[in-house]
Amino acid sequence: MAINAMQNRAPVAQKPHKVEIKADADVGAYIDVEINGKGYTVPFGMTILEACRNNNIHIPSLCYHEDLCLAGACRVCVVEVEGMRTLQASCAYPITNKIKIWTTSERVRKARRHILDLLLSEHYGECYSCVRNNNCELQRLAKEYGVDFYRFGHIKEPRYEVDRSSYAIVRDMDKCVLCKRCVRTCIDLQEVGVLEATRRGYSTLISTFMDKPILDVICINCGQCINRCPTGALRAKDPSDEIWKAIDDPTKHVVIQTAPSIRAAIGEEFGLPPGHSMTGQMVTALRMIGFDRVFDTNFAADLTIMEEGTELLLRLKRKYLFGDPEVKLPQFTSCSPGWIKFIEHYYPEHLDYLSTCKSPQQMFGAIIKTFYAQEMQIDPANIVTVAVMPCTAKKFECNRPEMNASGYKDIDYGLTTRELAQMIKEAGIYLPELPKSYFDEPFGNASGAGLIFGATGGVMEAALRTVYEIVTGREVPFENLDITPCRGMDGVRQGSVILTDVKDEWRFLEGFEVKFMIAHGTSNARKVMEALIHGELDDYHFVEIMACPGGCIGGGGQPIPTSPEIRRKRAEAIYNEDKELPIRKSHENPHIKYIYEKFLVDGPCGHISHKLLHTHYVKRGKFIV
Amino acid sequence: MPIINDTVFFDERAHGEALEKALKMTPQEVVLEVRESGLRGRGGAGFPTGTKWMLALTAKSDKKFVVCNADEGEPGTFKDRVLLSEYTKLVLEGIVIGGYAIQAQKGFIYLRGEYAYLYEYLNDYLERMRKEKRLGKNILGTNFDFDIEIRLGSGAYVCGEETALIESLEGHRGEARNRPPFPVNTGYLGYPTIVNNVETFACAYIVISKGAQWFSKYGTEKSKGMKLISVSGDCKKPGVYEVPFGIKVKELLELVGAEDTKAVQIGGASGICVPMSEIDRNISFEDIPTGGSVIIFNQNRNMLEVLKNFMEFFVEESCGQCTPCRIGNKKLLEGVELLEEGKCSHKYLNELIELGKTMQIASKCGLGQSSPNPFISIVTNFKDEIMSNSIRGKNGY
Amino acid sequence: MIVPDNNVIVNEVEKLIEKYGSGRENLLPVLQDIQRKFGFISDFAMQEIAHKMNIHPVEVYGVVTFYSFLSTEPKGKYIIRLCKTISCDLAGKDAVANTLQRELGLKFGETSSDRKFTLEYCHCIGMCDQGPAMLINEQVYTKLTPSKVIEIIENLK
Repeated sequence: MAINAMQNRAPVAQKPHKVEIKADADVGAYIDVEINGKGYTVPFGMTILEACRNNNIHIPSLCYHEDLCLAGACRVCVVEVEGMRTLQASCAYPITNKIKIWTTSERVRKARRHILDLLLSEHYGECYSCVRNNNCELQRLAKEYGVDFYRFGHIKEPRYEVDRSSYAIVRDMDKCVLCKRCVRTCIDLQEVGVLEATRRGYSTLISTFMDKPILDVICINCGQCINRCPTGALRAKDPSDEIWKAIDDPTKHVVIQTAPSIRAAIGEEFGLPPGHSMTGQMVTALRMIGFDRVFDTNFAADLTIMEEGTELLLRLKRKYLFGDPEVKLPQFTSCSPGWIKFIEHYYPEHLDYLSTCKSPQQMFGAIIKTFYAQEMQIDPANIVTVAVMPCTAKKFECNRPEMNASGYKDIDYGLTTRELAQMIKEAGIYLPELPKSYFDEPFGNASGAGLIFGATGGVMEAALRTVYEIVTGREVPFENLDITPCRGMDGVRQGSVILTDVKDEWRFLEGFEVKFMIAHGTSNARKVMEALIHGELDDYHFVEIMACPGGCIGGGGQPIPTSPEIRRKRAEAIYNEDKELPIRKSHENPHIKYIYEKFLVDGPCGHISHKLLHTHYVKRGKFIV
Repeated sequence: MPIINDTVFFDERAHGEALEKALKMTPQEVVLEVRESGLRGRGGAGFPTGTKWMLALTAKSDKKFVVCNADEGEPGTFKDRVLLSEYTKLVLEGIVIGGYAIQAQKGFIYLRGEYAYLYEYLNDYLERMRKEKRLGKNILGTNFDFDIEIRLGSGAYVCGEETALIESLEGHRGEARNRPPFPVNTGYLGYPTIVNNVETFACAYIVISKGAQWFSKYGTEKSKGMKLISVSGDCKKPGVYEVPFGIKVKELLELVGAEDTKAVQIGGASGICVPMSEIDRNISFEDIPTGGSVIIFNQNRNMLEVLKNFMEFFVEESCGQCTPCRIGNKKLLEGVELLEEGKCSHKYLNELIELGKTMQIASKCGLGQSSPNPFISIVTNFKDEIMSNSIRGKNGY
Repeated sequence: MIVPDNNVIVNEVEKLIEKYGSGRENLLPVLQDIQRKFGFISDFAMQEIAHKMNIHPVEVYGVVTFYSFLSTEPKGKYIIRLCKTISCDLAGKDAVANTLQRELGLKFGETSSDRKFTLEYCHCIGMCDQGPAMLINEQVYTKLTPSKVIEIIENLK
C-alpha cells in the first residue's frame, strides 16, 4: 500500500534538516569520537546530543524533542567541537567523522548560562502561580545552572493577553520561550496548522492566523502542543474549581468516569515510572475526594463496540446484501474528538464515512442522565457528570451543542489526567500508597476490549473480537484474542480477517475478507483521507483513527513529558491488564447485556440508542472568517 | 556615479570572453582554475570558492542549483548594485560559468527587494543572452543547458545569509538552517546548491578569462585578488573603489579624501569599528575581513548614536529564531540606552561585552555571530566617550 | 481604493499559480505580485493562496509578517520608505524625515486616509554614497534635502 510511502506534506522548514547521510558506504557504520577526553564508538550520523545521552553524558536541551524534527534554535544544548570557531548545537550536529567534543567546557557553560539568562529575562510570570511549577523545563534548567539573579533584568509587565477563548487550550505567550515545539507539533507532527512563528527579530511571536483567538481558527483541541511545551505557555483549561464546587454541594450527585488510558499514566504524576497501572488506587482516591459514584469509561467503550460493530455490520449488509450504492465504506471510528474536528474542518465532504456513534464519554453521559437516573431515582438535573480523559479535545466535545439528547448536557465537565492528579494532591492523597478498590455498580464490570481503547488499534481490536464472533459464533482466530496486527506504533497499520463458516443470517459474508486500517496522529489521518479520496480504500471496511500519536495513552491531557518510549510503556500497561481480565469481549460484559435488556430494548443501533448514543457532525470547512 | 580606481581588473577592455573559454574546458578544469586562483567568497565570510564548487561538483545528484546572492543588505554596501547595473555581463556570465562548473541546470539571482528597479533591466539582459545563445539550451553550441531566474527579496536582511536565502527561495520565513548539512550537499529543495555573492561570480569570470595566475598576483597570501569597497560616511569622495586586498585602512582613507576622521566602520553593521590608532591595519581575511562596506565617521560624530543605529538594525533584522541573537541584541540595545542615560555601570557594561562574546560563538548563523561586533569594538575603543554621559533626569542635570 | 472583491482575488491567485506553479517555492513571487496589485495581502488572499498551494494559512501569515515589504494591512498608492541606516543617518536623514512627516501629515508607519501615501522607515537601500535616500515604490531618490522632498511630494500629490 502506498500510504506509508506517502510523503509527509509538512513544509521542509518545519522539519529542518533531519540529518541526511549521502555516502551510502557509511550507513550502519560506527565511528570513534572523543567526548570530554574519553573515547566512544557511536553510529555514523547520530547527533552529538543522542550520542551523549546514550552514553549517560548529560547535555541540557530545550527546543529539542524526541517526537519532533530538529530546530537547533534555542542553543541551550551547544557544545564545543574541536577545530570549530563557534559552538555547535548538539541536537542538530550529526557525527560523520572523528571529532573531539567538549560538553562542559568553560565556553560552553558560560554560553548556556547566558542563553538561560536571556530566556529568563523575557519570561514573564511567577513559578508558584504556574500550572507547570515543578514540571517546567525552563525552571529545571535555571536550577541546574544555579541561576540566583536576573543578570539581564526581568520583564515586569505582561505583554500579551492570555487567550482563553478555547474550550480546551489556554495560551499565555508571556511564558513562551520560542522553542517552536508547538509549531513543529501543530504543523509537522499533527499537520493541523494552527500555530506558526510570525513577525521577525525581537518581535517574533508564536501566533495563529491573523492573530485570531484560538477558538476562531481550525484548532482541533488535540492538546499535543501542551504536552510538548517546555513551559506554561500552553495549558489546558482547568474546570476543577467548578468540580470541587459540585462535590461540595450536597444537592448534587456527582458522577465521575475514568477513561481506559488514565490508569496507565496517572502514576507518573506521582513520581512513578511510566507503565504502572493504578486502576484500583485511582478508584479509591476518587471516592476519597468525594465523588458520589466512580464509573469506568471502559463500560461505555464496550457499549460503543456494540453500537459501532453493529453499525459496521449493517453497512456491510446494506452494501453487499442489498447492493445499496449510497452506503459509505470504510466506516471510520468516531471516538476521538480531535479526529472528529479534524475531519469536519479538512474533509467536510467525507463525514458520511464516520460512524455515527458518540464517543464512549458522551454515550456514558447520556446513559447516566437517563437510565442511571431512572434506576437510582435521581433527577438528572441534579446529576453532575465528570469525565476524566487523557484528552483536551473532550473538553470541547462535551460542550458541543448537539450532545444533550437526554435534555441535559451528556457530560458537564471534561477533566484531564493532569488535572485529576492535581485534585488528588489537593485532597491530600498520595495515590501510590492507597488500597485498591472497584468501580461502582451498576456499571462496575468492563471488558478488556473496552480497556484497550486506550491504545492505538485498541478500538479496532475490540470491535473485531465482537464482530467476528457475532458473524461466525466463534472467537477471533488469534492466540489469546490478541489481534497483533492491530498493535504497535507504526503510524498507519493494516490487516484483514477472513470470515468463514458464518452463521446463517450472515451467509452473504461467507469467505469475506474484512480489511481494516489503523492510523494515529492526524498527520497519518490525513494520509489515510488522501488515500480514501484517491480511491485506494475502496476495498477497506473499517478504519480506526486516533488524533493523538499513540492513541489516548498519548493524549493531550496526559502527564508531561511524553516520548515514544513513555507511550510504549503506557500501552504495555494497558495490554497487560487486558490479559488479566476475566471478560475480554465487549458483548460478554454482563452489564452490557443488562442494559440492552432493560433500557436499550430495541438493541444496538435501535431507535433508543440512535436518539441517545448516536450523533451527527458539522461541515466546518477550513475557511477562517 | 561610482568612482572606480584605474586598474585593469575591472577595465572592460580587459574582460575577455570567459564564457567561451570555460565551455571549452571540462567542469573539473574550471573548478580547479577557480581553486587555483585562491578566490574567496566576496560576501564577507571568505569561504574558498573553488572548494565550494568542488564539493558541489562532486555531490551526486540529478539536479543542482546555482544561486547568486544579490541580497546586498549590509549597511554601507552598494558595490553589488554597481556590478549588476554596470558590469552585468561579468556577473551573469559568471553565474553561467558557475553553473557549468558544478553541472547545474538552473540558477537564481536573489535580488533584494530594494533593488527591484534593476529587475527589468536584468531580465532584458537575460533575454538578450538567451537570444545570443549564451543562456538557455545548448549554450554557445555546446550541450550545456542552463537558465537563470530572478527572484526578488522582500525586505529581510537575514536573507543574505545563504541558508536563510535558500529558505526564502523555498517560500519560507528566512530563518537560517542548521549546518551541517551544507547547501553544497543539501541546498535548494534538498539539491546541491552553491550560493555565491555577486562579486564572487564577477571575480570567477575574471579568473577564467585571465587565468588563476594573473588573478592571484593581487592581494595577500590568503586574500587573493582585488576587492570592491563601498565607501560612505564622512569623506569627500564616497563611492565604489577597487583596491587590492591588504590595503591599509590609512591608505584607503587617503584615497577617498577622509579628513578629521575619528573611526572607520569596516564590514557594515556586522563589522568592526576601527579607531584612528589602528588605521595601520589592513583589509584582508587575515586582518579585517569585509564584504565591502566602509563607513567613515568624523570627529563630530557621537559613537553611541552610531552604535544605537546598528543595534536597532539587528533587533529588527534578526530572524528571531535563536535565543542569543533574538534576545541578545535587544539586551545590547538596552545597554546602549542605559549608556545614553548614563545609567550603565562599568560592571554591567562588561557583562554585556561577555554576552556579546557568547553571541559570537553561540548564535545559529552569521548574523547573530557578527551582530555584537560593533558593540564590542565601539564600547572597547571609545570607552571614555560612551561612558561620559551623566545620569539624566527628565529635565537633565 | 477599497478592499478588493473576493472573486477578483480568487481569479488573480489562480492566474499567478498558473504563472509560477503551485509548489511552495513559488510562494514569495505570488505574494509579491498580490502585494503589488492590491497594496496588501488580505486574509482572504492568504487563505486562497494557502489553499492552492496546499499549505496552512498560518504558514502564509508567518511568511507575510516576516518580510518587511509584505503587509496584511492596506498600504498607500505611494509607499515612501526612508532609509534610516547609518550612512543616510549621518547624511541628514532627520531633516528629511521631519519634512516628510510634516508635508504628508503622517507619522512613520502610517497610511493616509485616502490611501495615497504610506510613510515608513526602511533599512539600508544601498544608496549610502548618495544619502539621504528613499524609495517611493520601486523608484530611488537620493541626496535628499527638505526642499527636494517638498518638490517630490508635490509632484505626487
